[in-house]
Amino acid sequence: MFAFIVQRLFQAILVMLVVGIISFALFRFTGDPVNNMLGPEATIEQREALRERLGLNDSVPVQFINFIGNAAKGEFGLSYRVGKPVEELIATTLPATIELVFVSALMALLIGVPMGVYTGLKRHAALSRVFLTVSLIGISLPTFVIGILMILIFGVWLGWLPTFGRQGVVDLGVWQTGLLTLQGWSHLIMPAFTLALFQLTLIMRLVRAEMLEVQRTDYIKFAKARGLRNRAINYGHALKNTLVPVITIMGLQVGSLLAFSIITETVFAWPGMGRLFLQAIQFVDIPVMSSYLMLMAFFFVMINLTVDLLYYAVDPRLRAETLGGAAH
Amino acid sequence: MRLRKGLFAAAALAAVVGFAATGEAKTFRYATTGDILGLDPHANNEGPTNTMKGNIYGRLVHRQPDLSLEPDLATEWNRLDDTTWRFKLREGVTFHNGNPFTADDVVYSFKRQTQEASEMSFALASVEDITKVGEHEVEITTKGPDPILLLNLPNFYIVDQEFMEENNAFEVVRGAGKTNFANLNANGTGPFRLQEWVQDNRLVVVPFEDYWGKDQLMTNVTEAVFTPIPNDATRVAALLSGEIDLMYPVPLQDVQRLDQDPNVEVVQGPELRTIFLGMDQWRDELLDMPGSGKNPFKDVRVRKAFAHAIDLKAIQRVVMRGASTPTGLMIAPGINGFQEDMNTPYAYDPELSKKLMAEAGYPDGFPVTFDCPNDRYVNDEAICTAIVPMLERIGVDVTLNAQTKSLHFNKIGRAEGNNTSFYMLGWTPGSYDALNVLQNIITLGEEGSGQGAWNSGRYSNERVEELHDLIAVTVDEDERNALIREAFQIHKDEVGHLPLHQQALAWGVRTDTIEEVIQRPFNDVDLRYVVMK
Repeated sequence: MFAFIVQRLFQAILVMLVVGIISFALFRFTGDPVNNMLGPEATIEQREALRERLGLNDSVPVQFINFIGNAAKGEFGLSYRVGKPVEELIATTLPATIELVFVSALMALLIGVPMGVYTGLKRHAALSRVFLTVSLIGISLPTFVIGILMILIFGVWLGWLPTFGRQGVVDLGVWQTGLLTLQGWSHLIMPAFTLALFQLTLIMRLVRAEMLEVQRTDYIKFAKARGLRNRAINYGHALKNTLVPVITIMGLQVGSLLAFSIITETVFAWPGMGRLFLQAIQFVDIPVMSSYLMLMAFFFVMINLTVDLLYYAVDPRLRAETLGGAAH
Repeated sequence: MRLRKGLFAAAALAAVVGFAATGEAKTFRYATTGDILGLDPHANNEGPTNTMKGNIYGRLVHRQPDLSLEPDLATEWNRLDDTTWRFKLREGVTFHNGNPFTADDVVYSFKRQTQEASEMSFALASVEDITKVGEHEVEITTKGPDPILLLNLPNFYIVDQEFMEENNAFEVVRGAGKTNFANLNANGTGPFRLQEWVQDNRLVVVPFEDYWGKDQLMTNVTEAVFTPIPNDATRVAALLSGEIDLMYPVPLQDVQRLDQDPNVEVVQGPELRTIFLGMDQWRDELLDMPGSGKNPFKDVRVRKAFAHAIDLKAIQRVVMRGASTPTGLMIAPGINGFQEDMNTPYAYDPELSKKLMAEAGYPDGFPVTFDCPNDRYVNDEAICTAIVPMLERIGVDVTLNAQTKSLHFNKIGRAEGNNTSFYMLGWTPGSYDALNVLQNIITLGEEGSGQGAWNSGRYSNERVEELHDLIAVTVDEDERNALIREAFQIHKDEVGHLPLHQQALAWGVRTDTIEEVIQRPFNDVDLRYVVMK
């Protein structure tokens, strides 16, 4: 088990390096940061001097090695756009993104799984049909359209919720959280739901399909034959066996929640990492872009590691194999 | 239990904040597309950033909404000779931290703003030195006679020497190196002082209690909250829902909708930036015609044909939805040196264009690539897309190359050796004077002088070059104006560039909370001119 985790950590480093190399190779195509940093009236000498100071005249591999070298020392450089250390920018935006992703993943699970179970068990109920139709909308509308629609309905027409930003934040020292105040939640709820909607419908449809599948298996039939109560069969046996694919998908989806948060954060002016990254792209802010991409690579590997470990918890067969007790 | 206490405390806090906002306090909330780049007044030269600096920092002279100048930290000034000026400084002024303002601060600010890393150094490029004469008097010597020194001084921001030195913040830091203290903290003499800045989230300023000109201030704002909202639709929604009192820019397609709301008004006015097209007039062979040995743009008849082929009124009506002013000059009304009678655009006359093309020897046209930004100016790509068929009508085979601004400016700029034949660009003269346009766009100067930095088609006329040098040192106003006139006349007759229009500013303002706000033509909100109900 321990060896497995160590091996995965080495993989993480490898993935981060590869992501770094690819992103550095691509930065050349996003344009010249010097154009954005200096105004149009800067002279050619000023431009050249800045290029030299930023190390932009070095070849791409040299730039990459310098970045890795500094990163190993814990220095990620200063943002070209705002002149602040990248680690500081990430530290202030990370809590916003993590809370947004965490709340929307929870929403997706807590709403999606029960809806999936219900539609799986009561296939012909009217409510099931409603759920399925609504889920079609959730799956087919792009995130930003849903976000803007929600802003229009709940922010502009009804005036119930604030339309943008993140306020009501409580400073806990290292972490600034918006989860402790009503105001914080009022700002969080719309972006979180917007982000969750796609995952929610995906999980619902997945659970439904799995439930239908499991219902037909022999052990459920035998369980019924033994006279177990429906409740025990549905939740104790059937649901548990549908969860392995749900966990896999959810793991992958948390990654894409992080990725999709770029759009949601922009629509809701949410001060998170996704928006930081988008602005970095527009400004060709190389230190921020590279640090963000590497961090995302790290997150993806970690999420997948967590998913693998969760398999052990859910599926007893895997535990048996690693103990050497599997006999085929 | 502890958690619940925390919750109660937080809820109580939220309630207090909410109450304060609805009570007597006059909080002004406004939003635009992006956050400021930093608070260091000498680091960045960028629209929203400069505006915020202007609320917090004092200048020797301040530019009013009608572009005229008024005394700020200097009370009076006179010219001793062609290159020497004396400025009397205002007495009894204090910085936000309580330090007194003296001549030393002006001298220090000059040294700080003119260092190489400062992007604001352009404003003081003509200044040789600033020396202290008395505790409240300085002398400015210029490198040569400088007729527009005063016009540049609103971009000279005064910082507190003591404050900067205490924090070891003399050096302007950009990109590489350590964090710049001055970029994160502010201490000026302006009417507002910084209270809080959370990057990309909100910036809060409050009135400075000891501001020297407190009694003359128009504003009654007790707190101003600036929020960047990048998404157009969200910004519109925030205004409609009343969460903000003002926002800009209003997307052109939303102007009508916002005007329909009884509590919202869209305030429009012309901007000072002129959008124009440029043509390669220096290569012997056009980039798109390799092997031909010809560059059609060198022929003034071809340039004229282009000028008469572009229907500016159609662009104004269809692409800009009326929110632009077609122009015939490279500078906007309000800029020093503007010539009202020369501002008539070239007449739209495709038949004449075809004739001119035939005379020039291109009856069947020629191929050309049209470089255009797609995220810099209002509807920039749409304008270019509209121009393509207009030129195709006279036989020119146009390939549109629209791309993001950082790539576009690289391509047409000196970085890639003006790798363009036909391009779009917009320009606002930073000094609000015609010389700036002549210097950057219309002349070349000597190689390596930095002149003609954005003359990407390298238009050059001997007489205009001469005139530029004269205009730079002529102090007499009438004489100088005549020279400017002559330069623009030659440029216009030769069709050096194709001016398109000035785009319009559009601000969305809530009329139920805002009594009055004065819109300056630089598309920024000077908090001095915001009055709440």
